[in-house]
Amino acid sequence: MEIIEAQSGYTSFTLQVNGQRYALNVEPRRTLLDALRIDCGLTGAKKVCEMGNCGACTVLLDGAAVYSCLVLAVECEQRQLTTIESGATGNTVGALQRVFIEHDALQCGYCTPGQIMSLAALFDRDPSPSEASITEAVAGNLCRCGAYRHILQAAQSLAAAGANAAGSEDD
Amino acid sequence: MTDTPPCPVMSVPRREAHQKVTGRAHYSSDILLPGQLYAGILRSPHARARVRQVDDCAVRKVAGVRDVITPGDDPGFYWYGEQVPTLGEELRFVGDEIAALTADSEEAATDGLRAFAVDYEVLEPVVGLDDAARDGAPLVYPDKPGNLAAKPRIYSRGDIKAGFAAAEVVVAGTWTTQTALHNALEPHGCNAWWDGELLNLWVSTQSIFTVRDNVASKLGLPLNRVRVHAQHIGGGFGAKQVDWKPTVIAAILARRSNRPVKLMLDREAENLAAGNRNATRQQLRLGATRDGRLCAIAATIDIDGGAYTLGGENSMVAGCYQQLYDCDNVYTEQRQYYSNTGPAVAFRAPGYVEGTAALEQAMDDLARELELDPFALRERNYSSRDQMRDKVYSSPEALRRCYSAARQDFDWPVRSQPATPRKCRGIGMAASVWPAGSRNPPAYATVIVQTDGSVSVLSGTQDIGTGTRTVLAQVAAQALDLPVDQVEVVIGDTATELYAPPSAGSATLATLGPAVHAAALEVRQQVLTLAAQELKAELQLLRLENGTVAGTAESPAVPLRELAGAAPPGSLRANSAIQSKPGAVATCTFAVQCAEVEVDLDTAEITLLRLTCAPDCGAVVNRLLADSQVIGGVTQGLGFALTEARLVDDATGLVLNANLEDYLVPTAADVPPINHAVVNLPDVSENPLGIKGLGEPPMIATAPAIANAVRDALGVRLRDLPLTRRRLLEALKQSGTGR
Ligand code: FES
Ligand code: FES
Repeated sequence: MEIIEAQSGYTSFTLQVNGQRYALNVEPRRTLLDALRIDCGLTGAKKVCEMGNCGACTVLLDGAAVYSCLVLAVECEQRQLTTIESGATGNTVGALQRVFIEHDALQCGYCTPGQIMSLAALFDRDPSPSEASITEAVAGNLCRCGAYRHILQAAQSLAAAGANAAGSEDD
Repeated sequence: MTDTPPCPVMSVPRREAHQKVTGRAHYSSDILLPGQLYAGILRSPHARARVRQVDDCAVRKVAGVRDVITPGDDPGFYWYGEQVPTLGEELRFVGDEIAALTADSEEAATDGLRAFAVDYEVLEPVVGLDDAARDGAPLVYPDKPGNLAAKPRIYSRGDIKAGFAAAEVVVAGTWTTQTALHNALEPHGCNAWWDGELLNLWVSTQSIFTVRDNVASKLGLPLNRVRVHAQHIGGGFGAKQVDWKPTVIAAILARRSNRPVKLMLDREAENLAAGNRNATRQQLRLGATRDGRLCAIAATIDIDGGAYTLGGENSMVAGCYQQLYDCDNVYTEQRQYYSNTGPAVAFRAPGYVEGTAALEQAMDDLARELELDPFALRERNYSSRDQMRDKVYSSPEALRRCYSAARQDFDWPVRSQPATPRKCRGIGMAASVWPAGSRNPPAYATVIVQTDGSVSVLSGTQDIGTGTRTVLAQVAAQALDLPVDQVEVVIGDTATELYAPPSAGSATLATLGPAVHAAALEVRQQVLTLAAQELKAELQLLRLENGTVAGTAESPAVPLRELAGAAPPGSLRANSAIQSKPGAVATCTFAVQCAEVEVDLDTAEITLLRLTCAPDCGAVVNRLLADSQVIGGVTQGLGFALTEARLVDDATGLVLNANLEDYLVPTAADVPPINHAVVNLPDVSENPLGIKGLGEPPMIATAPAIANAVRDALGVRLRDLPLTRRRLLEALKQSGTGR
């Protein structure tokens, strides 16, 4: 592993993102969002409000959806981070990506990574969530293009598929 | 050239959806360049002030700060009609630019901005319309008496006095609309990098060519030395049509440092200084005969233009008064005032959203007064002419089709029963007009069949989220009879030199689609000519179908791939241009909306139950994407109706909600089912594809439809938007219905 010399006022640590290690040497005040975007080069999570109001920066921290603009990168050492870039491997994120495309649950796409990550946390807990819990899961993710109706439909289609899968297991 | 039918309605998934859902789409804010510096702008904390001195000594000592520019480093060019320097000492709104810096990191840039010591002479601000117009108000500009930005804009037709004299019923009122903020999720911003003498800009913009031209002219550069890139754009809604100061400041700082510079606005700066929808006050009178014929429309419109005037902001609040209904006697007077607030700039259907909000509520009042169904009143005053331009509408039946589609989809006037007696339900409708069509030509496109048979479409347009790539690919694929996924669309780079107009005015597809269509048809002809040579067949007998040239009985079918491979590279290509044409007809788009609401009499909470929007956009090219635009526009409209308003402190001019916590845009929990009642009415007088455009119309009639539904539910009319709970509670109390 690369050995990093800490500059004064900086701190060195590693982040585990999507199963990969990233070595960081940053000021302790660096947010997780900036660390992901600048230090890890993972720009999927977006910076919109930096105040926990919009959800565009949502990532999973040990499986829970968090606003990465409100978390410090140093707090995430030794913890599992999952971002939108993890989706290629056919997991929940991947399934959500598929239904988002099918339902055109996006326009400019700037809020989209955050929407998907908020839903991924929900679907990881419950593969067939109710309409109400879907709405609740994304109620903190603003979309100025107003793609909400399609976002909700996309998630509901995945929930229905999840419910079917659960039903067939019971048979 | 062969005529192909307009594109059939399809539901093709968004071309770039995969990049967007995987986080791989690169927006301006995502560009990271080696050695990049971060820039920040120091902004005025006062609504009106004079800078006595900027002390940047401490700033320059902050670790990581590289460079500082202050009003003393004035680059010598001016903004907003030659009045204003880039970094000013005369500050006219909270957020006005004073100084800028670059630093190694965003954290260091923040530290640097905090270290400025500025000595201000704080002056009395002008806040809002009443303040701007009052006697003895301070002047935002000393040479603009009465704070009037320009001479009142007066329109008149017929004889307004005679019109009102003939009226048997008059409805009058004063309506206000609020200042609304675009809040595109990606803020304005830019990455600037000088590659030798070539300035590269990655900008979040709705018009890469506008940015190129304006930056080049300000910096004194040849046009071919400025290259603007915009692959993906996180929304614009009108605010990103112009070259804003941050773009130019980033370019200046990049030149000074000889390094790439990123300058993104944060949300506060975005909400203070990146434009807004003008607040308006509209005094309106409608006169009609007992049987519901409009005989006079008169409106006096006051507009809060903010401190600076930018393009396209407010010129047409009176447009709907002049265009929507058949009425011989119309008088409108628009007055725009300066105030010490952020600049107004175009916001999705600028002017028409504000004007229609008032007109369509007044029409609802008139219908009640006459005891007419609101649809019936509108149909009684149906106009198939644009009386403002004195031309027949290019599709004179379109609005009628919208009325019937909306009515049918919504099942008007059926309403549901409230769950409890302390809740009321109501329904409302409203109509709208918008001057659309192939606006702002010219527009250029190139279509190339590559040697492997794949197709590239090139144009200097950009996609702000409407799906430009996808629909252009469809147009080319249709003309060439290819599967759409065989077409790649290259946009967002001025280096193509294929000029395209701003993505604005709902006009991108209507303007550019025909250019792509014409180029693709020409390429098809080239392919067939080549096939005729190769196959020694007669040209007229050959057809290009589904990626294959289907021949005659003697000549075998040849895949496009093979034919293209036999041609010299780059030889199968065509350019096309759409130029402006004299219009014998007036091209407009229309929309009709219906809403059902439930209002709680005790809490004044408004719940939207369902919304229907029937927009006319000419031909529908992509149903899936059209649905997205419609629900998106309606969603923005319902925010305007119910919750969105910039709040400014009257005394100080401080903006109280320059964030997404207190400026309330709709959330997923706020949107009811929104139905797109499709009116697919190709308008071939406009262009061969019959397309008119869809971005703006779905937003215009939303607020009045909701306001009319609330009026229906409660029996009280609020004349001020947004319909906040406080306002409703007061109105309910006054009417004796509430507590
Ligand atoms: S950027 Fe983190 S919640 Fe908005
Ligand atoms: S798709 Fe543009 S903000 Fe959601």
